[in-house]
Amino acid sequence: MAEQTPKNPEKHSTYLPREKKSSKPLHDTPMLDQLESGPWPSFVTGLKRLAYEGKHANMMVDLLGQLEHSYKTRLGYWKGGTVSVFGYGGGIIPRFTELMDDDGKPMFPESKEFHTVRVQPPAGNHYSTDMLRQLSNSWNKYGSGLIAFHGQTGNIMFIGTTTDNTQSFFDEINSYGWDLGGAGPCVRTGMSCVGAARCEQSCANEQKIHRLLVNNFLDDMHRPALPYKFKFKVSGCPNDCMNSIQRSDLAVIGTWRDDMKVDQEEVKKFVADKGRKYVIDSVINMCPTSALSLNDDDTLDVDNRNCVRCMHCINVMTRALSTGDDKGVTLLLGGKRTLKIGDTMGTVIVPFMKLDTEEDYEKLVELAEEIIDFWAENALEHERVGETIDRIGLVNFLEGIGLDVDPNMISAARQSSYVRMDTWDEEAGKWKARQAG
Amino acid sequence: MSEQPRFPTESGVPDGFQYMHPAYIKNFGNWAYHDRPRPGVLHHVAKSGDEVWTVRVGTQRQLGPYEINLLCDIIDQYADGYVRFTIRSNMEVSVTDEAKVQPLIDAFEDAGYPVGGTGNSLTMISHTQGWLHCDIPGTDASGVVKALMDELHNEFRSEDMPNRVHMTTSCCQINCGGQGDIAINVQHTKPPKINHDLVANVCERPSVVARCPVAAIRPAIVNGKPSLEVDEKKCICCGACFPPCPPMQINDPEHSKLAIWVGGKHSNARSKPMFHKLVAAGIPNNPPRWPEVTEIVKNILSTYKADAKNWERIGDWIERIGWPRFFELTELPFTKFHIDNWTGARKSLNASTHIRF
Ligand code: HEM
Ligand code: SF4
Ligand code: SF4
Ligand code: SF4
Ligand code: SF4
Repeated sequence: MAEQTPKNPEKHSTYLPREKKSSKPLHDTPMLDQLESGPWPSFVTGLKRLAYEGKHANMMVDLLGQLEHSYKTRLGYWKGGTVSVFGYGGGIIPRFTELMDDDGKPMFPESKEFHTVRVQPPAGNHYSTDMLRQLSNSWNKYGSGLIAFHGQTGNIMFIGTTTDNTQSFFDEINSYGWDLGGAGPCVRTGMSCVGAARCEQSCANEQKIHRLLVNNFLDDMHRPALPYKFKFKVSGCPNDCMNSIQRSDLAVIGTWRDDMKVDQEEVKKFVADKGRKYVIDSVINMCPTSALSLNDDDTLDVDNRNCVRCMHCINVMTRALSTGDDKGVTLLLGGKRTLKIGDTMGTVIVPFMKLDTEEDYEKLVELAEEIIDFWAENALEHERVGETIDRIGLVNFLEGIGLDVDPNMISAARQSSYVRMDTWDEEAGKWKARQAG
Repeated sequence: MSEQPRFPTESGVPDGFQYMHPAYIKNFGNWAYHDRPRPGVLHHVAKSGDEVWTVRVGTQRQLGPYEINLLCDIIDQYADGYVRFTIRSNMEVSVTDEAKVQPLIDAFEDAGYPVGGTGNSLTMISHTQGWLHCDIPGTDASGVVKALMDELHNEFRSEDMPNRVHMTTSCCQINCGGQGDIAINVQHTKPPKINHDLVANVCERPSVVARCPVAAIRPAIVNGKPSLEVDEKKCICCGACFPPCPPMQINDPEHSKLAIWVGGKHSNARSKPMFHKLVAAGIPNNPPRWPEVTEIVKNILSTYKADAKNWERIGDWIERIGWPRFFELTELPFTKFHIDNWTGARKSLNASTHIRF
């Protein structure tokens, strides 16, 4: 598509202004130039547009120079530092160039300071075009104009400004409703899926959970003093569009505990449309717990006691099947990326909790507080909560936060006999008491 | 800067409702079902009977005022003035009138923005910061993504894969990109080169020593100054010491390579979430278009497309056919490096006679 001549070259991702308004001549960028062709919108052309006529165009001229230098030498040239806004300890990612000439002067002086401002997106990443333009205008005034929607943690990343302009930019956007995200050892920016706003699979109010959790910990976000980062992510159903099990410390995922809903007329239509073979191969046989059976009359049986709420059949047969009515959330704790013990997935700590009343939500916030307090007190420096659990064991962690053990927390019971069990009767008694209670 | 410092308003996460499409607000929590009339378009029907059509558009993630105004003009003229972003930097623009869908698609495509990324497509690669903006990257991120998406944009614009393909990139071994059906990550192959002159000045030595996952770093005196030394036999070249101590230079134009991992998945559908697994390494870090990466990725994708069943993610598919078949079909070399030796590695070994011949 884009390889063809655009219908309107003035309004196209490949557009470059005819006239260059910036005073500093462009550096030669033969390698980056090669990333301007091809059908996918080019970030290089975007950088060049800013270098031609952005408010801080000379900064982008030099930024392109430094980036080309990285491409040529295959090395990066930014170093960190300390920059913050008044009243906050985090949220700005300072970047200073390391590329100096023989006299110790920056080779690319106009972009020698090129800081990022991390700003929290609205729950669900919704924007009006008016607000996008407003944010863009503010950033064009005080920064490079370049905005990443969004970073991997979820922030809107306003890329490229000087130390001085950081404060002015923050003051401006903060006055119309935007706050910094986290950076450093603190509660980080959260994420939530589109969920209830536009997805029938949603079993939760992702917007509310996301805002309630993060906004309860703003002090821990803006004044980093935790052992390391702590992330919340919220997905409305087990499809986990927000990748919360692996990519957040505390994952909140919508689910249901009554029977899924089956519209047998729609099942029959689906079978008639797709054929029995497709339904058997692609739905029935793919259920991880063999909980589905296609009847001779083309209706469907669901063994709801063995359905693990994986979502597969519901994803495929969107009209015939849907989640149940008794909705709530599952909580998993301890997901993280590689550093330092290797990647971890979160572990179930609460198999199901209702989120109907304000008290229910309050309980969720209290549990998050317990978790963060216990972790903050017991973690080593630079230790994610998943690593703390690995080090001290899940049982000790659960005791620390006041949760009872539950067989939904494991995928298999203990295999090693090397364990001291002299309090067995007491522990068995607790289980029985809980079952009775 | 203003004379009197201004105290921040700690407003936290903005309320999404103030920027939400009115049809989303009206039907919040009351959707009935959805389908996909064509690649790039989702059609959701609410219990009230309301319908929305959502067009998904790929972007370059980093947007300037020109792009933002260009896209917002289209959204204002052809849609309803609202947009949301997916986790993979796609824009989603909804309309409540089916007749508006095609003109909206045409407007985006005429402006050079591809429509797609839904259902069983290869959607936008989620990417990290790279040389543009991070302080520790071994490679670029946006460039790798641009080069790959140029080659794979037909897969973005169609829904011809057995199931969705989520790709990620990471430009260091901390891997801030996530799990991916296919993940392209930096893999260092040589221990850090230490700049001893700088260690004495900038480093908090105990915290660097503590950061190493294999305890390969010791405090040492070098040229009469406090510094660090690395046991190069133990060092696994992970680069974890580099962020807290920039003089531990891990990045190297020659020896920082790329590796490809496959079969990661976040969703709980069918199988439990899975980590991606190593399939290829030693790939040169070759800007500006990383052709060696593209070739291997295309090979894996075409093998997956030809051999996987409907709805199998790459990880599901390999679980079914087994790793020997994966290496046979893709003709990628199997090496000693594919056999894990990290904590818990024995769980990944075959303790059975389950062997496919
Ligand atoms: C066809 C019906 C589906 C629709 C309309 C849908 C919608 C979406 C949307 C809107 C996103 C982006 C979420 C956001 O940024 O807020 C997304 C991502 C995702 N979807 Fe779904 N989804 C569907 C089915 C599925 C299925 C069947 C699976 C699993 C096999 C799945 C797994 C995921 C995952 C894991 C992500 C996260 C993307 C990532 O890894 O970055 N979804 N989907
Ligand atoms: S996680 Fe579930 S509820 Fe949320 S957008 Fe994805 S499919 Fe919908
Ligand atoms: S949701 Fe998953 S586990 Fe439950 S019946 Fe459907 S396919 Fe089986
Ligand atoms: S993957 Fe590593 S190098 Fe790349 S942006 Fe993330 S932390 Fe920086
Ligand atoms: S590169 Fe990794 S293994 Fe080697 S010394 Fe540094 S932290 Fe240790």
